[in-house]
Amino acid sequence: MNLRYSAEEEAFRATVRQFLDQHLPERLARKVREGRELEKTEVEEWHAILHARGWLAAGWPEAYGGPGWTDIERHIFEEACCLAHAPRLLPFGLNMLGPVLIAFGSETQKAHYLPRILDGTDWWCQGYSEPGAGSDLASLRTRAVRNGAHYVVNGQKTWTTLAQHADWIFCLVRTRPNGKPQEGISFLLIDLASPGIERRPIRTIEGGHEVNEIFLTDVNVPVENLVGQENQGWTIAKYLLGHERANIAGVGFLLAAFEEVRGLMARTRRAGRALTQHPLFAARLAQIEAELAALKITNMRMLAGTRGKSQGGAGAAHIPSMLKVKSTVIRQSIDDLARRALGPSAALFPGTGPEGNAALLPVEQERIATRYFNNRKLSIFGGSNEIQRNIVTQHLLGRP
Amino acid sequence: MDFARDDDRQMLFDTLTRFLAERYPPERRMRVAYAPPYHDPETWSALAELGILSVLAPEARGGFGGGAHDVATVFEALGAGLCAEPVLPALLGLRVLLATDRDLAPALQGAQKLALAFAEGEGGLDFRQLAAEARQTDGSWVLTGRKSVVYGGQLADVFLVAARHGGGLGLFELAADAARVEGFGMVDGGGAAELLLDATPAHPLMLDGLPTLADALAWGCVALCAEAVGAMDRTMALLTDYLQTRKQFGRPIGAFQALQHRFVDLAIEVEQARSITILAADALGGREAGPDMPRPVSMAKHLVGKIARLVAEEAVQMHGGFAMTWEAQVAHYAKRLVMIDHQLGDTDDHLERLMAGVEGDDRDNAAAEAALRA
Repeated sequence: MNLRYSAEEEAFRATVRQFLDQHLPERLARKVREGRELEKTEVEEWHAILHARGWLAAGWPEAYGGPGWTDIERHIFEEACCLAHAPRLLPFGLNMLGPVLIAFGSETQKAHYLPRILDGTDWWCQGYSEPGAGSDLASLRTRAVRNGAHYVVNGQKTWTTLAQHADWIFCLVRTRPNGKPQEGISFLLIDLASPGIERRPIRTIEGGHEVNEIFLTDVNVPVENLVGQENQGWTIAKYLLGHERANIAGVGFLLAAFEEVRGLMARTRRAGRALTQHPLFAARLAQIEAELAALKITNMRMLAGTRGKSQGGAGAAHIPSMLKVKSTVIRQSIDDLARRALGPSAALFPGTGPEGNAALLPVEQERIATRYFNNRKLSIFGGSNEIQRNIVTQHLLGRP
Repeated sequence: MDFARDDDRQMLFDTLTRFLAERYPPERRMRVAYAPPYHDPETWSALAELGILSVLAPEARGGFGGGAHDVATVFEALGAGLCAEPVLPALLGLRVLLATDRDLAPALQGAQKLALAFAEGEGGLDFRQLAAEARQTDGSWVLTGRKSVVYGGQLADVFLVAARHGGGLGLFELAADAARVEGFGMVDGGGAAELLLDATPAHPLMLDGLPTLADALAWGCVALCAEAVGAMDRTMALLTDYLQTRKQFGRPIGAFQALQHRFVDLAIEVEQARSITILAADALGGREAGPDMPRPVSMAKHLVGKIARLVAEEAVQMHGGFAMTWEAQVAHYAKRLVMIDHQLGDTDDHLERLMAGVEGDDRDNAAAEAALRA
């Protein structure tokens, strides 16, 4: 039993912090702290800074340009980045497509696409969900029909995050219409500049534009853009779900958000005293603090891969699903507390208020209420928390 | 970073678990835990022979362990086996005696049973509220007051008593036959006592006893959290089995999503309880006794108290009418899990401590200490 980082890990953490001090542009960190949306160029700028240091693709093997970190080192890196308010990295190429290509892609695909993810040539988005296929993803209906050297793709994808900036989309498509739904799905790479593709923005609950619909009409996709075997797409999608373990709990983001709300409550006065002196607020904050302290250890237990039965088999496959449920619920409780802390001023619709002396809220507080609404997505996307509970059930109870 | 038990602790856990399964099965526990003296001398002696009490003290004092993770290992196994023997009172007493130069051998051998008498009817964990008083006359000390719900008090040989005196809070020692002791059984098995003191002669162990008392309670909290984790693991195992085998509407009830998702939420919470208990045990390790309770300990006692009650209530609900019977093992685990929260400060008491320090400082303990020294 040892809860400390090793001397090497501590040294690594110091190196990461020093790097962030020196290379994270303050203007980006401020924007992240204020909860404002980054421009495409700003995201690309941060990617380029990390790429220059060789730290962009934290989860990739060294042979493909990754830093060769352990899970613990990845965690240290991500936590330090979050606490420094570094921009969030785009997961689509780095954490989703990259690992898939490394595991299932051809040598040609790897040689072509992986460097372009690293140097920012290609911005990827994810084409999984459809209007009729959300939690029941295997019921997806976008069809890809082989026609000589091409697949002809017809259908509709939705919730495609940041597709407005993207060059390419990786899609799950149906290549066999009959039989078990899971067995007729393939994984296809599609150039968004292809004729027959239309993107439409979806305005989300808080008023922003983060996600899109993609319509595909007779889109020709070269067969060499198939990843893995035809009809192997479901296996690839499941691989991806299990692959992203190191940061599933997003502990770094939670810690940063917690420190923000703690500071907000200490600075916010109501009825003559700070919110941290109001019993109900203080109680809620303390409860979250304890939950978060526990989650940090639960996450570490998973990373350390403990399998001893006395420690609850924390290395088991269902643990990421358990972490996803718990971490999203904690995150949402932090956002809820932050919104409550604003009291009546939470009413302000960002961008509509008076400025300067007449401003209702400091700029870093303006998006707290909208963030609360936006982050309701956390327990819905990436496999809703109900789907995660189904997964855990299968591991703990079998199929009774 | 390593969260596995080392081999020695794993062997300790396995040995104690096996011992309780073989020598302290449910039928025996039902007989001994709920009837006077709410204690099983045979099991107690065997636990001592097994060296379980010695694990609670360091080698330098005649034990072989004494680390917080050692203590947590013992109590996790005791919780899994639902052992109602007075190991918690032994731990609390030993933590006090460790701050003296007393010979611990009689206690470690199980021959001398200790009880720490600190709580009073209205006091809770707030030492400012202690009413029991120590007075010195002609060079000897006498205690007056009433100590309440003294764990293991119904069978203790020696009481260690917290009482106020002119200069602060002292810890005193007295033999059981020197005072009036009214024992009783507890809802979840085992026993306690009311200790009535009326100018009762006592030996002063230390006149500045606050850091030692706080230290003993902190260790007790970690022990209780570990016990709860062990009991929750066993409860979840009972529940898993029941969901898989109990049939209604022609299917195992575990096939119903209404129960599946609640079961998974329990499993998640139990992992959180395990994690915060590890953190709390770690916070005790290598620390000097101080007047405060380490923040992770209060976090653990707060969180585990809440989770243990949830697991108890949900396990009973999902077991249905069966759980309402005395024969059902899950019923006894549920009682223990709920009642643990009544010991050494409940989920709200510890939340209040956490609230006071939520900005990062620790005013409540400082205030308590200042008030006591005033």
